Amino acid sequence: MTAYLLKRLAIALVTLVLASMVVFAVLEIIPGDPARLMLGLNASAEQVELLRNQMGLDAPLATRYLHWAGGLLSLDFGRSYTYSVPVIDLVRERVVVSLPLALIALALSTVIAIPVGLFSASRRGRAGDTIAMGAAQLGVAVPNFWFALMLIYLFAVWLRLVPAGGFPGWSAGVWPALKSLVLPAIALALPQAAILARVTRSALIEVLHEDYIRTARAKGLPYRAVLWRHALRNAMIPVLTILGLQFAFLLAGTIIVENVFYLPGLGRLVFQAITQRDLIVVESVVMLLVAAVIAVNLLVDLSYAVVDPRLRSRQ
Amino acid sequence: MKLWKTILTAAALALAAGTSAFAARTDLVIGVTLEPPHLDPTAGAAAAIDEVLYANVFEGLTRIGPNGEVLPDLAESWTISDDGKVYTFKLHTGVKFHDGTNFNADDVKFSLDRARADNSVNAQKGLFAAIDTVEVVDPATVKITLKNPQGSFLYNMGWGDAVIVAPETADTNKEKPVGTGPFKFQNWAKGSSITLIKSDTYWGAPVSLDKAEFRIVPDAAAAVPALLSGDVQAFPFFPDLDSVAQVQGDPRFKVVIGSTEGETILSINNKKPPFDKLQVRQAISFALDRKAIIDGASAGLGVPIGSHMSPASKAYIDLTGLYPHNVEKARELLKEAGFENGFKATLKLPPPPYARLGGEIIASQLRDVGIDLEIVPVEWAQWLDQVFTKKDYDLTIVSHTEPNDIDIYSRKDYYFNYDNPTFDKIIADLNLTSDEAKRMTLLGEAQKILADDAVVGFLYELPKAGVWDAKLEGLWENAPIQANDLTKVKWTE
Repeated sequence: MTAYLLKRLAIALVTLVLASMVVFAVLEIIPGDPARLMLGLNASAEQVELLRNQMGLDAPLATRYLHWAGGLLSLDFGRSYTYSVPVIDLVRERVVVSLPLALIALALSTVIAIPVGLFSASRRGRAGDTIAMGAAQLGVAVPNFWFALMLIYLFAVWLRLVPAGGFPGWSAGVWPALKSLVLPAIALALPQAAILARVTRSALIEVLHEDYIRTARAKGLPYRAVLWRHALRNAMIPVLTILGLQFAFLLAGTIIVENVFYLPGLGRLVFQAITQRDLIVVESVVMLLVAAVIAVNLLVDLSYAVVDPRLRSRQ
Repeated sequence: MKLWKTILTAAALALAAGTSAFAARTDLVIGVTLEPPHLDPTAGAAAAIDEVLYANVFEGLTRIGPNGEVLPDLAESWTISDDGKVYTFKLHTGVKFHDGTNFNADDVKFSLDRARADNSVNAQKGLFAAIDTVEVVDPATVKITLKNPQGSFLYNMGWGDAVIVAPETADTNKEKPVGTGPFKFQNWAKGSSITLIKSDTYWGAPVSLDKAEFRIVPDAAAAVPALLSGDVQAFPFFPDLDSVAQVQGDPRFKVVIGSTEGETILSINNKKPPFDKLQVRQAISFALDRKAIIDGASAGLGVPIGSHMSPASKAYIDLTGLYPHNVEKARELLKEAGFENGFKATLKLPPPPYARLGGEIIASQLRDVGIDLEIVPVEWAQWLDQVFTKKDYDLTIVSHTEPNDIDIYSRKDYYFNYDNPTFDKIIADLNLTSDEAKRMTLLGEAQKILADDAVVGFLYELPKAGVWDAKLEGLWENAPIQANDLTKVKWTE
């Protein structure tokens, strides 16, 4: 187990270093000068050069990479070109929106998907299954920005139960803050739940054909107990894999939903930084996300071992 | 469901009635599309900075009024020497910055010297180019001597880039702006909103609002629900032009279509063959059907232009009749220029809808006369790099939103690659002229030359659609500069 863990950690570190090189190189290659963008159409070429110099953009590429990567090692993520504040402050402000949102959406999606998957698998081919899977198909197909707008019109414009968008901040109180995350979480969770339900269903159906299920039934265990105790646990590995992927997506890939609800999340920070060529912010945030994805993958790997004792004893 | 709705509506009504019975509201949430990169108007070109801070937090010697006129601000009056080179400004006294320090002539000298210093990165440094010296005569008097008379000097001092800042706080204004205006900065929740509150120490007429929040709503589709739900009460620059009609029918809202300083043009690279031929550029102008472009790219709200001047400006002359939509004439001119079978070119389009939507329409219109355009969508950063800086383009569409910017056509090395000594002479004369009537004549001549030369394809003036709560008044109808002046805004009940 320890050797397994160490090996996974080593791979994670190499991935991080390689990712940092790729991220830096790609962003420096794409055209667009942050200084010109800040100064606009009326500034002269000399002035742009002056600002480039002040921002340290005229140093050679390698020097700048080493400076940036060296900073990352000591957890110094640099200063934003446009906001001129430490990148880590920007990230901190955004994580308090993105992380709770991702967790709520993930919880919601799991709570919806697992029972639906169980229900469908146990009624395979019957009307209930067809209806549930048809709904799931619809959930996958409906674009989430459209679904988000429908939610806004129903719950914010018509019923006025929640705000149409925005985030008041946790300082405004837990309830107002949570209220503004409810609709985005639903909009994010439903398509994810639809995917997860389908995966759960097919994984379960596969497992339900196994001999040990028949054995369990034969020894007189009720169907419900077999489903929950034996089948679901064995079907968990693909489900966990999808959950891990979904968490990474929910953390930063939610730019469209963040835009519709004008939430100040990580996705929008990266998007804004890209359009403003705030390269240091993009580079540092992307690296943090890479680290987060690697960490989540590591956790998923470990959780395989928890649900599957065979993986624990193998090493 | 029905019962729920009834109960909720009743509750909401009770609540609303309860609050409105006391007094008019004094808080306002304004929707803006773009978040400012920082909050220092003297250190960036982004219009989003002025949209929050201009006239609200920061003030200049002069300011620009709702219809583009120059008004006194921190300077209560001024005198101009007979040769037009010495401006003596009399300043208001008893003015305080929001951090409690006093404002006086030293701050004016500091601000102007800082903006024009060698190491200054003021985005509009050209505004200060004519200044020779700034002298403090006494704490309430400043004497500015110019290198040469400059007709637009008082206007220039009214730009957001020329606001007066305090030496103690100049370097921290990006994060925590400190000005002399009627509102002081309270909080910036990045990505979310910027909140201003009334300043108790303001020297001028007190404002009605106690609190103003600028909420960033980046998605155009989210603007309508934000208004309908009551979360946002005003969008001075409403981003979703196609939905204007929908809101117009709703008595709860007021829709005001106003003018801007945004000349939307089909820019042409004047040095690059075949666009160096006058006939080719004129052919393009004849091929454009402005009505169709305005309908398709600005929901029919834009006003056609025939040269580089806002129809709202006093100096405007109508030249839209010079090149009416005429496919035959366009083909003829192309034939004269030796392009009987047309030619191929590229059209680079930046992200705003006016460019992307307009570009498709223009490409199809030019195809009718034999010019085959390849559309290349680019991001702003790419546009600035390739088109604006490196001049690597044939045609592009952009809105030039700076006010009174006809002089860009005389700038050396500007991306139009246009070079006309006669035009340059007019602009040089204009800079030295402060007589109003003479200026108007010169501006008229300048407009005519640009139209005759068909330097670019002049399309339309970008419309400003303002949508706000019907009970709100005092917001600007037009946008002579990109600002949201809240000093006269109030709730009527």
